[in-house]
Amino acid sequence: MLNKKDRVRSLWVTLLGLGVLMLAIFAADSLGMIDNYIRGIFIQCCFAIVMATSLNLVMGYLGQIALGQAGFMAVGAYTSALVTKAIGLAIKAGTMAPLPLLVQFIIGMLCGAIAAALFGLIVGIPALRLRGDYLAIITLGFGEIIRVVIQNLPFAGGKGLSNGQAGQALIGILKMNDIYILFVITAMCVGIMLAFVRSKFGRAIIAIREDDIASSSTGLNTTFYKVLTFTVSAFFAGIAGAIYAHRGLGTLQHSDFTFLKSTEYVIMVVVGGMGSMTGSVLTAILLSVIPEVLRAFSQYRMLIYSVILVLMMIFRPIGLFGNYEFSLYQLLMKRIRKKKPEPEQTASKGDS
Amino acid sequence: MDGLTLFIQQIINGLRVGSVYALIALGYTMVYGIIRLINFAHGDFIMVGAYALFFTVPLMVAAGMPAWLAVIIAIIVCAITGALVEKLAYSPVRAKGTNMSALITAIAMSLFLENFAQTLFGASPKQVKTIFDLPMVFGISGNTLLTITIGMVVMVGLSLFVKYTRTGQAMRAVSEDKNASLLMGINVNRTITITFAIGSGLAAVASLMYVAQYNQVTNMMGSMLGLKAFVAAVLGGIGIIPGAMLGGLVIGIIESLSKAYIAPLTGGIITSAFSDAIVFGILIIVLLVKPAGILGKNTGEKV
Repeated sequence: MLNKKDRVRSLWVTLLGLGVLMLAIFAADSLGMIDNYIRGIFIQCCFAIVMATSLNLVMGYLGQIALGQAGFMAVGAYTSALVTKAIGLAIKAGTMAPLPLLVQFIIGMLCGAIAAALFGLIVGIPALRLRGDYLAIITLGFGEIIRVVIQNLPFAGGKGLSNGQAGQALIGILKMNDIYILFVITAMCVGIMLAFVRSKFGRAIIAIREDDIASSSTGLNTTFYKVLTFTVSAFFAGIAGAIYAHRGLGTLQHSDFTFLKSTEYVIMVVVGGMGSMTGSVLTAILLSVIPEVLRAFSQYRMLIYSVILVLMMIFRPIGLFGNYEFSLYQLLMKRIRKKKPEPEQTASKGDS
Repeated sequence: MDGLTLFIQQIINGLRVGSVYALIALGYTMVYGIIRLINFAHGDFIMVGAYALFFTVPLMVAAGMPAWLAVIIAIIVCAITGALVEKLAYSPVRAKGTNMSALITAIAMSLFLENFAQTLFGASPKQVKTIFDLPMVFGISGNTLLTITIGMVVMVGLSLFVKYTRTGQAMRAVSEDKNASLLMGINVNRTITITFAIGSGLAAVASLMYVAQYNQVTNMMGSMLGLKAFVAAVLGGIGIIPGAMLGGLVIGIIESLSKAYIAPLTGGIITSAFSDAIVFGILIIVLLVKPAGILGKNTGEKV
């Protein structure tokens, strides 16, 4: 572990790095390099990153496979879309002071995230009594139930709310495709999740993953921590859903959130390395960009993913990154220390 | 049709769908019993079998033989696929990976089979020629009766096989204790492969029954079918052969009755569109109330 001073410095360095990244995006944007197509891919990366990292909380840190993450994403997507729709209607009717688009989106997003977290809690309490294969199946079941129920809700289809029609795509959703805002939201989500897994909660969760019975015998309330993680994970899946719902196409379909969607994020987490947020972020970006860049590839996408997944499980079950976390600060420190070597202190390995 | 006839009709429909579920569930249960792995790809073996039928039925007809003989080829194709999946993917992963990586491999194999079939045959549904054309018996279609009969025969046959043959005994021994059976001179790996082959062969029989009813093959047909059959296996008690049969029939009947009666019973709030959700609802209730299933025994966890 880093000491406190280092941690504060590390935070600043990371923020600085993100700032530089944002400047780079700004530069590309002002040079006219970002058209609608690139914007679309960028947004896709954003919600994929949030989804993959949120799933990593459950798979990597809790050590359980959850196959229903798309269900929570659906809850977040539909709730946020309906909330922004309701706000839009209220503003139009004059019953509400006009709000900037961003505020409308943020309200919708938070409502979506909270709704998803609530579902995470409801699903988590019974589901987490099980583990392993059974947990995977029960989350799959819950995910499908959520989807089928949404499909049959009259207010979640067609024009939505009171004009809605069950079984149809929800249309006319607010557009929120400002890449800077989405960049900040994504970075904040990943940052908060990283802080979560490094807090005392995160350490407790890792202890439970390593040995359930031993950690409960040391006085950890294992059920509490498991459900907490599950709920936090669902919360962020809800945010990803909100980003997805407002991605600019204006439509939302229940068939966007099938079991296959969940599997896609499972692939991202597993390939990136369960327990490595860096891995999840990078594979989320990679697996979002590659199918777009290589159109011919996208046809065989799932076929190739499945082969990669099997090979990965045979030859490198821990994923590309294992549990390695990238840290800009440590990278810089290493560089600096290499120039003027210090005695012994540099040998502190294993801190992340 | 009066209420009672309708009810009986629904029960018979349920038994028909249920026997398909039961046959698939048998495959899940056998594999789970022996290596404690939910074989996600099992549902897709049905798809493999159905494609095999799609190609061999016309050949059989052309050769002047009864169309249903094609199932023999389908069984062989499925058994080989099952054994290959086990040898190429599951076995190496099991040798060094954890439970979690085995499960991920199973999901990956399922994706692989679905997408491989799509690459080979396209995503559009294919029509299979009529396999059986049987007359109505007592107002019930002959196909339905045959499906139920085949289901029963296969189940009883499998039970006898596992109970009395040497291979069957080896299977039970391996599922009881792998290391001990190794010491008893049982070829564990071969037994596991045989289990996969038999389970997948049963999937081919299930696909015959499914195709005879719906005449359609798609690359995704196995996914929902497989999941429901898995629910059936859990309901009956996973790893227990009679449990899979019972679970399959129960799920089939519940599904068919819920489709017919749930809308009037709940005043139209829950409609037949929820039937998939109902099946998963059953799974959740079973897992929470009695995770070992109807016929299973609760075993405590060793520390």
